[in-house]
Amino acid sequence: MYRYDQHDHQIIKERIAQYRDQVRRRLADELTEEEFLPLRLQNGLYMQRHAYMLRVAVPYGMLSSTQMRKFAHIARKYDRGYGHFTTRQNIQYNWINLEDTPTILEELASVEMHAIQTSGNCMRNITSDEFAGVAADEVIDPRPYAEILRQWTTFHPEFAYLPRKFKIAINGSKEDRAAIAVHDIGLTVVHNEQGEVGFKVMVGGGMGRTPILGSVIREFLPWQHVMTYLEAILRIYNQHGRRDNKYKARIKILVKAIGADVFAAQVEAEWADIKDGPATLTQAELQRVAAYFGSPEYASLPSVDAEFEQHKADNKAFANWIKRNVKPHKVAGYASVVLSLKKPGVPPGDATADQIDFVADLADRYSFAELRVTHEQNLVLSDVQQSALFALWQEAKAHGLATPNVGLLTDMICCPGGDFCSLANAKSIPIALDITDRFNQLDYLHDIGELELNISGCINACGHHHVGNIGILGVDKDGSEFYQVSIGGAQGNNSAIGKIIGPSFSAGQMPDVIARIIDVYLRDRIENERFIDTAQRLGIAPFKEYVYATPIKSFEQHGEDAGTVVSY
Amino acid sequence: MREIIKDKAIVQDDWTVLRLAEGETPDAIEVPAGKHIIPLQVWLIQREELSARLKKTQDLAIWFGSAEQAKDLGADAALFPLLAVDFPKFSDGRGYSIAYNIRSRLGYTGEVRAIGDVLRDQLFYMQRVGFNAFATREDRSISDALKGLTDFSEKYQTSWDEKNPLFRRTERTGLSA
Repeated sequence: MYRYDQHDHQIIKERIAQYRDQVRRRLADELTEEEFLPLRLQNGLYMQRHAYMLRVAVPYGMLSSTQMRKFAHIARKYDRGYGHFTTRQNIQYNWINLEDTPTILEELASVEMHAIQTSGNCMRNITSDEFAGVAADEVIDPRPYAEILRQWTTFHPEFAYLPRKFKIAINGSKEDRAAIAVHDIGLTVVHNEQGEVGFKVMVGGGMGRTPILGSVIREFLPWQHVMTYLEAILRIYNQHGRRDNKYKARIKILVKAIGADVFAAQVEAEWADIKDGPATLTQAELQRVAAYFGSPEYASLPSVDAEFEQHKADNKAFANWIKRNVKPHKVAGYASVVLSLKKPGVPPGDATADQIDFVADLADRYSFAELRVTHEQNLVLSDVQQSALFALWQEAKAHGLATPNVGLLTDMICCPGGDFCSLANAKSIPIALDITDRFNQLDYLHDIGELELNISGCINACGHHHVGNIGILGVDKDGSEFYQVSIGGAQGNNSAIGKIIGPSFSAGQMPDVIARIIDVYLRDRIENERFIDTAQRLGIAPFKEYVYATPIKSFEQHGEDAGTVVSY
Repeated sequence: MREIIKDKAIVQDDWTVLRLAEGETPDAIEVPAGKHIIPLQVWLIQREELSARLKKTQDLAIWFGSAEQAKDLGADAALFPLLAVDFPKFSDGRGYSIAYNIRSRLGYTGEVRAIGDVLRDQLFYMQRVGFNAFATREDRSISDALKGLTDFSEKYQTSWDEKNPLFRRTERTGLSA
């Protein structure tokens, strides 16, 4: 993985000094809260419902075991002993003191990490495929480009005060695992007919109150031009994006208003002036960065390990875990392992300091000391020998990290919601916990099969509810919390925005609502049909009809107060 | 006379920014004598009358509103001793692209000044996109603001101040560990 050189270190060091002084000036009242706001946001610091929240960047979701251990240390020393992995492949700490933040940033810098641009109206931390570099279906490894773009976006002077936040995702596999269609810019690394490497450029996707899938504005952009072309996009957006209404300020609104073709033409015109300039990427720089992402020293192994196959045959629980949580690898004899952070009773994406340390240990022992964070809020050990999977499974199980539910209903994406977030209209964690409780039978869960259920506590859609096969959105009605349900959303190559099935429900009704939706699916599915395929084939009508046919009783839900529902 | 930051030093400044009061329009407003930074729209509408004065006295400058574009002034830019960009709110980032375009597209080499809600913590970025003068907010210490220009000694990407990205300027080979 990428390692800082002296220039990277220098830049981070100067950032911390700058930020330390900004905090000092804020505490001395030399900066108003209004002035401090964008400064702290661009350092990842939010003011939440109860305390400050610090969002630390995990660039394109990749980190070392040393960096992971630092996360555990920060959780113990500066927070309440746990962290929350997010859909942006970052980690968040929910109980942070402002005064501690410069020192936390110093601790992070000591392991080549930072919190730069994890928030604010700027280019955010770039996300990518959690299996980048190891996926069996990978065409081109996107990580060198992701790192080059990380550096390009870092403190870009012209684009630090954009109309709104700006998210870039990059994918290099056949299957899109980076949800590129719902990003401000979605890049796919591709070959053209001549075999040259470049990008398919998608722009103007996003969720929030106006969910829109991105439009392709260029089928093939040679890799050398990625920075100048993105600069052209950003310059047009910076000048023409709406600033009168924050809800209409994202680039998707601009692209939709003028049309993707017109927007593309403006970008091309802007780009013509800077194309081939000094910001053009060089082969030497690409090679330098790519060298950091070379393959580890893989052993030469048979593609099938007999003992592993035997364990699978003998042990159904292990076989289930392999089926759901272990993914194919490009190298024979290896696999990638998803450690589920979706255990019953725990908010999706949360991990204790002990678990974080433990996962770092696993990475050291089983996976070349490297890890990934997924945008579904799980963790990945990317390079595990098949022969080690059984031992790894037993260890992970003992630490509550082997719930065999990846890709299933209980592997939910869920934002922190009203328990923590000051924007939320409704809680989301208790809904996730209640639904997980309801679907606690593993056989049943496996029978239901692949299903993405995504929960957001408000219209900002941090929980990606629009692209959930089942989406749940918390809404406020006359001061009470209710939940709107949509069906048919999808991420990936066939991205779609879900459709709302009808009037909203109370929290206590939600497990039954989901159960009824599943009943319709099980009733109407054709053999081997996934939920999303049934939903898209039938439309929302049969679901709507069944869910609303008779009243749904409300049951008593989990605790009310933030933090109190959490049990590890 | 107020103080501004110009070319990394605190200097006295005798320009006055002319802003339209409510009810005033660019066509009807009369530009008073003396050094004035006038709205772009006033110049575009009164160009004929103001040209002669500009040529003779060089006491006119232009300020861009954040919704305006460098190209709206076009080749006329070269006529002025000073171009300013207004920041109605420090968080309105359009002015950064305007300044960048004033330098890189119009090729303007004179003074480019940031006016309005200009604060210390924006200055480093502002100088990178082409500003060399800053009329910082008068209720804040200008000597404190001056420190904002030196927040960073290194930068990754190109802008107006730095034509080459870090990877073209320096050999980046060393691993840190």
